[in-house]
Amino acid sequence: MDTLILSRIQFGANISFHILFPTITIALGWVLLFFKLRFAGTGDQKWLEAYRFWVKVFALSFAMGVVSGITMSFQFGTNWPGFMESVGNIAGPLLAYEVMTAFFLEAVFLGIMLFGMSKVPGWLHTLSTFLVAFGTTMSAFWILVLNSWMHTPAGFEMRDGVAFATDWWAIIFNPSMPYRLVHMLLASGLTVAFLLAGLSAFRWLIGDRSDGVRATIKTGMTIGAILIPLQILAGDFHGLNTLEHQPQKVAAMEGNWETGPNVPLVLFAIPNEETRSNDFEIAIPNGASLILKHSPDGVVPGLNDFVAEDGTVQHPPVAPVFFSFRIMVATGMAMLLLSWTAVFLMARKRRGVEGLPKPMLWAMVPMAFSGWVATLAGWYTTEIGRQPWLVQGVLTTEAAVADVPAPMVASTLIVYLVIYAALLSAYIGVLFYLARKATKGEPIGPRMPVAEEAAVTVAAE
Amino acid sequence: MTLFGDPAIWLPLAFAALLGLSILIYVVLDGFDLGVGVLFPFADKDEKDSMIASIGPFWDANETWLVLAIGILLVAFPSAHGTILTALYLPVAVMLVGLILRGVSFEFRVKAPISHKAAWDRAFYIGSMMTALSQGYMLGMYIMGLQVTAFTLAFSVVTAVFLTVAYSFIGATWLILKTEGDLQRKAVAWSKGGIWGVVLGLGAISVASPLVSQRIFDKWFSMPEFFLLLPLPLMSGALIVLLWVALRRLPTSDDSFAWFPFAATIVLFVLGFFGMAYSFYPFIVPDQITIYEAASAPESLFIILIGTLFVLPMILGYTALAYTVFRGKATALSYD
Repeated sequence: MDTLILSRIQFGANISFHILFPTITIALGWVLLFFKLRFAGTGDQKWLEAYRFWVKVFALSFAMGVVSGITMSFQFGTNWPGFMESVGNIAGPLLAYEVMTAFFLEAVFLGIMLFGMSKVPGWLHTLSTFLVAFGTTMSAFWILVLNSWMHTPAGFEMRDGVAFATDWWAIIFNPSMPYRLVHMLLASGLTVAFLLAGLSAFRWLIGDRSDGVRATIKTGMTIGAILIPLQILAGDFHGLNTLEHQPQKVAAMEGNWETGPNVPLVLFAIPNEETRSNDFEIAIPNGASLILKHSPDGVVPGLNDFVAEDGTVQHPPVAPVFFSFRIMVATGMAMLLLSWTAVFLMARKRRGVEGLPKPMLWAMVPMAFSGWVATLAGWYTTEIGRQPWLVQGVLTTEAAVADVPAPMVASTLIVYLVIYAALLSAYIGVLFYLARKATKGEPIGPRMPVAEEAAVTVAAE
Repeated sequence: MTLFGDPAIWLPLAFAALLGLSILIYVVLDGFDLGVGVLFPFADKDEKDSMIASIGPFWDANETWLVLAIGILLVAFPSAHGTILTALYLPVAVMLVGLILRGVSFEFRVKAPISHKAAWDRAFYIGSMMTALSQGYMLGMYIMGLQVTAFTLAFSVVTAVFLTVAYSFIGATWLILKTEGDLQRKAVAWSKGGIWGVVLGLGAISVASPLVSQRIFDKWFSMPEFFLLLPLPLMSGALIVLLWVALRRLPTSDDSFAWFPFAATIVLFVLGFFGMAYSFYPFIVPDQITIYEAASAPESLFIILIGTLFVLPMILGYTALAYTVFRGKATALSYD
């Protein structure tokens, strides 16, 4: 494999690992604020219980997100120097604003939020919790501005191969930004909703009948049930926006080769770039035309429009985009089914969590990570769907890659993969370990020998 | 934009100053918490918890200064960013792996089953060592103008060791400030053991930089610069003597002067930093690319500068708030 593909895999692995954790912390920050305010409002211990458990998950996820994020900011320089050299005038300020308005805010107030509960007045602690949640969301905003600009660049002009900003308003509110931002924030909300419910369902199944667990199963499923239809709607709008600005991506998502009317909705197929057609296709007639153009004879773009006269392919690799998209949609459907059924069953005769059959609670456990699957699949769809461009129409991925020897990239890639695999399994293991401990009612944290307990400084839980 | 004359001149300078400030703050702040990690194997189990407690609320924000520094380099000097980071590809990777290991170990050591705690403590130590050593190595390579020869490699290995010892020293002085009892006494002993790293490190850099670059030599050893700059090494020497005297008397019975070693070390780091900044100006890649050649378009720099002028004081303000909230001796870290 050459430097380009290795660097791409490395960045892909890095950013895939990274996004898992912000996806949790963006929404979990707000959920923690919700728990805290509910406790302040009702005085009900269950909300404090929920806060205490989930703030640990938050702290762990936050640390994972921070360290994997630092890695990415360096990889721009080590692996993709062409990116900053070419569009640095645009990307630079956006990244700088992210660091200044978001990173510091969340990092500083996280300390007070985690360890300051007994050291600062209640209002300052609540304010810190708010600022951490706000900071993570701001961070998402700036990074999605930059990412969206790479898909739908606007507000700039090229001089000697370097982009110069002409209109910052147009850069920030570039055509795909609002759609992508909403889609991602909802994705974060859904990820947390199913994580809340899934991990709490696990506690319920191993015998935890505390009010805190009841509250988090309910909260999770309710958030999920509210957000999933909104997400389907937002996804549809985002798709139409992509159709307008990056038709080749939509063509790959749909597995449609020829531009034309009456394009079927392909449910399953194996796209074949050799024959430039689909193998084993199962499709609904006129489906894609209906969804994308709201009319059975609407004209849908096909991949063959994006092949140059000399045969150079200018559309993304079809199969990864095609399958990622289907995985995302299927996961979303599973979320819809689970959350709506659960909310219905809990509301029926007001039975709450007791109204849920056991298999359903079991189904929630693996679904704890459904948000991760959908988020990753969605990002693969949009990012692979941008290829061969790094910045659509401005800079190709190939032109930005560093001239680092392939074996060097391969060696760092292997190290990263090993570490990520180890950390991911440790992370999931600890989530369930914390859940088991909480169920047993033990304090979560290192146990001290009884005699020393009073004298010894206990480190952070 | 013409308020202060040609923006193509003063904007790069302003950003070089900001970059320098971020690096300096990073080296001091993450320096002490990396140093605490480097000292980990010398502490017993309970002391380790206290050591973590002393840096727990701060480490994340401390590392953010690194992100800001690399961000400014990337934003303001894109071509230098590419040149430096591709030349330092492997040490950067080692540093990143180190940062990952130590960052997650903070959390895992207390959240994972107790039987895994020792392993996460080891990961914390190894991660801290990897980070400190690779940063020292990169510092050496940078001073040597990013040229790879047997000599520059050897020099970089030396700076790697010295910077790691220097971090352990500032970490130990932090612990003198933040702890009490046996651990504080131990920290004084660690400081005495680590001060030579600072002395030799500053010495090695001071001797080597003028020797490898005629330009740096001329900047320091011509008249009247030599006399104007003389206070820098003299003050450093005086501080080191004072530090040594203080360390021999600490800890005092009423804990007075526990702050002194840490404060003096910060000043020492600042002096060393100014010496280096003076040597390298106006180059951002030593003797290859100047800050003016590497700078981004003025209109991009300007929009960042406006934000920075508003946001940086706020960052400094709430950083001060956090250090005030967690002032005094480190106590048990708990979420309650």
